[in-house]
Amino acid sequence: MYQEIFSKYAPTPDNLIFILHDIQDNDPRHYISEEAVQAVSEYLKIPSNHIYGVITFYSMYSTQPRGKYVIRLCESPHCYIRGSENILRKMKNTLGVGIGETTKDGLFTLELCACLGVCGNAPVMMINDDVYGDLTEDKVDEIFARLREAK
Amino acid sequence: MAKTVNIWIDGHAIEADPSMNIIEVADKHGIHIPRLCYHPDLPPTANCGVCVVDVAGNPLPKRACCTPVTEGMKITTNSPKLRSYRKTLVEMILSNHEVVCPTCAANNKCELQTLANNLGVDPDHLPTILRKQPKDDSSLSIIRDVNKCIACGRCVTVCNEVQTVYALTFADRGFEGHVDTSFGKGMANSPCVNCGQCTVYCPTGALREKSEIDAVWEAILDPDKHVIVQEAPSIRVSLGEEFGMPLGSVTPKKMYAALRKMGFDSVMDTNFTADLTILEEGTECVAKLKAGEKRPLITSCSPGWIKFMETYYPDLADCVSTAKSPMSMFGVLAKTYYAQEHKVDPAKIVSVAIMPCTAKKFEARRPELRDSGYQDTDYVLTTREFIRMIKEAGIDFANIPEEEPDEGMSFYSGAGTIFGATGGVMEAAIRSAYFLVTGKDLENVEIGAVRGLEGVKEAAVDVPGFGEVRVAVAHGLGNARKVMDRVREGLATKGESPWHFIEIMACPGGCVGGGGQPYGNDIASRARRGLALYEEDRNLPVRQSHRNPEVTRIYERFLEKPNSPIALKLLHTYYFKRSVTSGQVTEQATHKHH
Amino acid sequence: MKYFRTHVLVGVNEASKQAGVEKFVAALRKELEKSGLQEEVNVLETGPLGFFGKGICLTVYPDNVNYENIKAEDIPELVAEHFLKGRPVHRLMFDAGSRFTPKFNYESRIVLRNSGIIDPESIDEYLGTGGYEAWEKALLQMKPADIVEEVKQSGLRGRGGAGFPTGLKWSFTAPIKCDQKYVVVNADEGEPGTFKDRLIMEGDPNQLLEGIMICARAVGATKAFIYIRGEYKLSIERLRKAIAQCYEYGLLGKNIFGSKFDLDLEIRIGAGAYVCGEETALIESLEGNRGNPRWKPPFPGVKGLWGCPTVVNNVETLANVPFIIKHGAGEYKKFGTPDCSGTKVYTILGDVAYPGLCEADMGTTLRTIINDYAGGMKKGFRFKAALIGGAAGVILSDRLLDVKMDLNSLNQYSAVLGSGAILVMDEHASIVDMLWSILRFFRHESCGKCSPCRNGTQQLYDIICKIRKGEGTEQDLDLMLLIAETMQQTSFCALGQSPVMPVRSALENFRDEFVASTKK
Repeated sequence: MYQEIFSKYAPTPDNLIFILHDIQDNDPRHYISEEAVQAVSEYLKIPSNHIYGVITFYSMYSTQPRGKYVIRLCESPHCYIRGSENILRKMKNTLGVGIGETTKDGLFTLELCACLGVCGNAPVMMINDDVYGDLTEDKVDEIFARLREAK
Repeated sequence: MAKTVNIWIDGHAIEADPSMNIIEVADKHGIHIPRLCYHPDLPPTANCGVCVVDVAGNPLPKRACCTPVTEGMKITTNSPKLRSYRKTLVEMILSNHEVVCPTCAANNKCELQTLANNLGVDPDHLPTILRKQPKDDSSLSIIRDVNKCIACGRCVTVCNEVQTVYALTFADRGFEGHVDTSFGKGMANSPCVNCGQCTVYCPTGALREKSEIDAVWEAILDPDKHVIVQEAPSIRVSLGEEFGMPLGSVTPKKMYAALRKMGFDSVMDTNFTADLTILEEGTECVAKLKAGEKRPLITSCSPGWIKFMETYYPDLADCVSTAKSPMSMFGVLAKTYYAQEHKVDPAKIVSVAIMPCTAKKFEARRPELRDSGYQDTDYVLTTREFIRMIKEAGIDFANIPEEEPDEGMSFYSGAGTIFGATGGVMEAAIRSAYFLVTGKDLENVEIGAVRGLEGVKEAAVDVPGFGEVRVAVAHGLGNARKVMDRVREGLATKGESPWHFIEIMACPGGCVGGGGQPYGNDIASRARRGLALYEEDRNLPVRQSHRNPEVTRIYERFLEKPNSPIALKLLHTYYFKRSVTSGQVTEQATHKHH
Repeated sequence: MKYFRTHVLVGVNEASKQAGVEKFVAALRKELEKSGLQEEVNVLETGPLGFFGKGICLTVYPDNVNYENIKAEDIPELVAEHFLKGRPVHRLMFDAGSRFTPKFNYESRIVLRNSGIIDPESIDEYLGTGGYEAWEKALLQMKPADIVEEVKQSGLRGRGGAGFPTGLKWSFTAPIKCDQKYVVVNADEGEPGTFKDRLIMEGDPNQLLEGIMICARAVGATKAFIYIRGEYKLSIERLRKAIAQCYEYGLLGKNIFGSKFDLDLEIRIGAGAYVCGEETALIESLEGNRGNPRWKPPFPGVKGLWGCPTVVNNVETLANVPFIIKHGAGEYKKFGTPDCSGTKVYTILGDVAYPGLCEADMGTTLRTIINDYAGGMKKGFRFKAALIGGAAGVILSDRLLDVKMDLNSLNQYSAVLGSGAILVMDEHASIVDMLWSILRFFRHESCGKCSPCRNGTQQLYDIICKIRKGEGTEQDLDLMLLIAETMQQTSFCALGQSPVMPVRSALENFRDEFVASTKK
C-alpha cells in the first residue's frame, strides 16, 4: 500500500518529511497511522520512535484520523486583531466541535495554526490545500455549505 | 601532548585542552558550575540552561556544558546576574514539576532537589504550570512519571545513543513537549528492553523501578511462606556506599546479616548459580568449539541483552547460550533441589532475588521460566529497593556484625563473583573452559585483556589441544550492536563469526552499572565497584567455578552432570522473536533442548 | 513582439485562486476577443500586485488603475467601459473614493522590481528584463573570491531578522576545502505578519534562483536546497516550474555555460514549525529530524547540513544578490544608509488606509512608511502602536514614529527590524490583548527542547491570561519581565531569546494600560 509512495523516494533519512507528507496527503483521513510508521521505519531503516517524534513535532502532521476537510484557522496576532476569535466561535458553534475534534459525519476537523503568511487577507484559514481569506461569519457559512455539497 | 589553550576561569589562569567544554575544564580544576541536565557520562543535551557562564566579549551568557574552550577565553562562573538567572530557571523548572520530595523514590538523591536547595530558590515565587498527566506503569520493570520529568533529555540520550534501544523519544513540542514512547503506547508496548539505564540517569524521580517492596515484606511476614533470597554478585559491592562506607566496599557478610535480620527464612547467594552457569555454558561452549561450529556462542545472563537480541537480532538467537541466567537457575533450583533437600513444599516457597537490574523483573515473569512447575522467581528487588528496605527496617548496615549465609546454594568462587563486572563472565568461563578442554587448571587465572571499561574488548586465548579461541566482550547495548553487526556480517560474507565466544552485558560496566543500582551510578563509580569485585576474587579461597564444592555436590545429588537431561530441562531455555515496534513476541525463535 | 496599448495584470495568489482567478482570466480573454481587443489589450497573470485587495485584483497599465474584488459578472462592464471607452469603473476601483495613490515605490525597487509586472511562470519574461545576466557574469567573468568581495562591499546584511553581514557569512565557508558544501535557502517564513518571502517567490521566483546560483558559485557549493514551508503551495509550484525551466535552459545542472561548474537545486518542504526558521533547526529538519536547534559553535558555515559547510540565507537576502553582481556594490550602496545599505521589503498591515507590500530604502522612518506607502492611518483612526518584526518584534508607541527603520538605528531602542512586518494599531487596539496573542504564539511554537523556553513561554502565557482577566497584580508585570529576561539570557536559541522584546517594549511603552488591567 505504501510501496507506491516509497518508490518515489530514495531510502535516505532526509526523505522522511516528504514521505510523511505524501502518506498523509494520500490518506482519505489525512493522518499517519501506526502501520504507516512501521512501514516507513522499515523502508528508511529509522526507528519508529524517531518517526513518531518527528510527526508530533510538526503541526501539519497528525497521528489521529481527521475529517475529509481539515480546517486550520490562523490564531496569530494579525488574524487575532482582525477577529479570528469570532470566526473560531462561529465555527465551533456551526460544526459543534472543539479544537482538534472532528464532526460526527467525518467531514470537518477544526484545528488552529500559526501564521499562514496570508496576513493581507486576515483572518485566514486553510482547508486542506486551499487558503480562504477575509473571513467573515457569513463567509464561513458559505464555505462550509459549498464543501458539504461537494461531498 | 596535544596543543593547549590558555583560558581564565574566575581569574584563574588555566591551560586547557581545546577539545573540552568549559564545564569539563572547570570540573577538572575544582571549579563548580551549577548544572542540572549535564552528566559527564553522556553527550550534553544542553536543555536546562543552569550552567550558563559569562564569556567576555559575548552579549549573552554561554552554556558551559557545550561551549568548547578557545584561546584567551575569559570566563566568569558567578555574578549576581548569573545567580538570578539560575534561580529563576530552577524556579521555572520547579513550577512545572510535581514537588512531592518526602515520598519520592529519589528523595535525597534528586539532583533537582539538591540544586534547588543549594541555590536557595523560593518555591512559591512562580505559580505552578504543571498539568498533571497519568503515569506510564505499563512496564513490568519501570514506571515513568511525566509529572516529575523535567525534560532534561538524559533518558532519551541514553536509550537511543548509548543503548540504541530506541524506546524513548521526545514527542510533541513546546510546553506539550514530553518524553514518550512511540504513539504513547507505554514502555511495555515499545522496544524497551527494561535495562533501566534511563532510571539511573534520571536526575529526578521521573523514571524508577516498579517497586515490589510491599509484596516482599508481605511474604516475609506471612508465617506460611518460606522466603528464600538470592543476591547478585554486584550487590555486595554497591551497598556500603549508601551507608557511609567508601565506594566499592566489599560487604557480602553484612548483606547476609541484614537479610537475616529482615526476616528472610533462607539466605543464599546468586554467586553460587553463577558458578553453575559457567559449568553449563562452558560445557556448551566446549562442545561447540570441538564441533568446529562457525557460529559463535554468546552469553545469556543479561535479561536486557536477551530482549534486545530477540528484538533486533532474532536471526542470531541460536548463537545465544541456552543456559538460563544465574538468577533463573537459582529460581528453578529453589523450588526443586532446595525444596527436596529441605523438605519444604515448593508451593510455599517464595523466591526473592536482589538484583542490580530492572530487566530481571521482566525476566522473572517470562512465561517460559516455570520449569519448577511454579513461577521460578517470585519477586525481584533492585539494589535501590533493597537499600530502602534496609533503611525501613532501621538496620545500621555499616556496623552490623558479619554473618555467614545458609548452606547449600551459597558457596561461591572468585569466578562467580566477577560475573558482576564487564568481562567477568568471559574470564570465569575461560578459567573453566580451559580445564574442561585440557583437564588442567590455568596457571594464571587473571585475564587482563577482558577487564576494564573499553566498550568492546577482544582477546585470543591459546587452549592446548584446540588452538586459538577468539573472544569478545561488549557492555552497553550500543556496543553489543557493534559486535552483533560484525557477527552477522561475518556469517553472511565469510560464513563464520569473527569470535568463538562473546560476552554481552546490557549495561555499561556490566552489572555493577546495572539499571537497578543506586542513583548517581556514573562511570567512575561503576569502575570502582568493578575493581571491588576483582579484589574480592583475589581474596577468595576458590577462584574457579569447577572447584566450587557446592556445585560439585549439586551435580552429585541432583543434576548429574553439566548438560545432563535434567540440567537441560531445568537450567536451559529458549528464545523468541519480537516486533521492533511493540517489543511483543511474534514467534518462537529457538527450541528447548530435550 | 506585438505591441499592446494596455496591459492588465492579474494577481494570481492564494486569495485570488480561491476566488476562481483561472476561470476569470479565461472569461476576460473571451470578452476581449468578442470586442476585438485581443491585439490591443494584454492579459498577464502575474504574482502579487502592490496592494492587498479582496478577491481577484487587477492593475491596468499604463493607466495605473487598481481594481479589487472583481467578479465574472463585472467583466462586460469593465471591457466596455475601461478598455473600449477608456473610462475606469470607479465602483470597482481599489482606491475608490480617495485621491491617495499608494506609492507602490517603483523608484526604490530591487527585490520587487519585476513583481506584479512579469509573468512569474515564464523564464523568458525574466530573461527579457536582463535576468540571469548576473549569473553569467558571476560564472564566466568573476572568481568566487571576487563575488564574495563584491557582496561584502555592498554591505548587504541578512534580511531574515538577525542582520548578519552576508558577504562575511560567505567568507567563512568559501575558503574551506572539502568535497561537499551546501547552500540552503531559508524560505520557512513563519514570523507572524510576515509574507514578503512568499510574495518574492510568487512574484519573481527566478530572481531568487539567480541569487542562489551566485551564492553557490561564490562559496563553492554544488548543491542547494530551498527549504520552504509546506503551506506555501503556490510558491512551491512556481519555484518548481522555474527550476525545471532553469535546467532546460542549462542554467542549472552539469558544466553550466561550459564553466565546469555544476549545481543542483532541490526544493524541500517543511511541515509546520516556526522554530525551523532558525538556521540550525532548519538544518535538522532538512536531515529528517525534529526541528530542534543545534548549539553554535560550530556554526553551519563550518559544519552544517550532514556535517558539511553550509551557507543558510534568507529568500530576500539572496534576491538582492543579482542586482549587486550585475550593477556592482557601488550602485547598490546608493540605496539605504551608509551603515545599512539597500532596501527592505515591508508588509504593512493593520489600521492603515492601504495595507500592502512595499520596498523602501533602509533607514526610511516608520512615519514615512505609514504615510507614503500605506496612505496614512485609516480614515478617522489615530495611531497608537506598531508591532514591528512580528511576534519576535517590538511594540512601539508614537514616540518612535520618526526612528529610522534600519538595523542599527532600531538597535538603539532595543528594537529590531526583524522580518519587516509592520502591524499598525489604532487607539482601539488593546496592547494587553496583543501581547496575549503574541505570547500564545510563542507558547505554541517553542520547540520545547530547552527548559527556559519551554517553561518560560508557558509561565508568560499563564501570567498574561491572568492579567487579561483582570486578576493580575503589578508584581506579575515585574515577574513577566524577570522571566522574559531570564529566557533571553539562558535560552538555547533565538526563539527563547525573543519574547523579551515584545514583553519589555509593551511594558515600557504601555505600562499604564497593563496596570489598568490588573486587580483593583
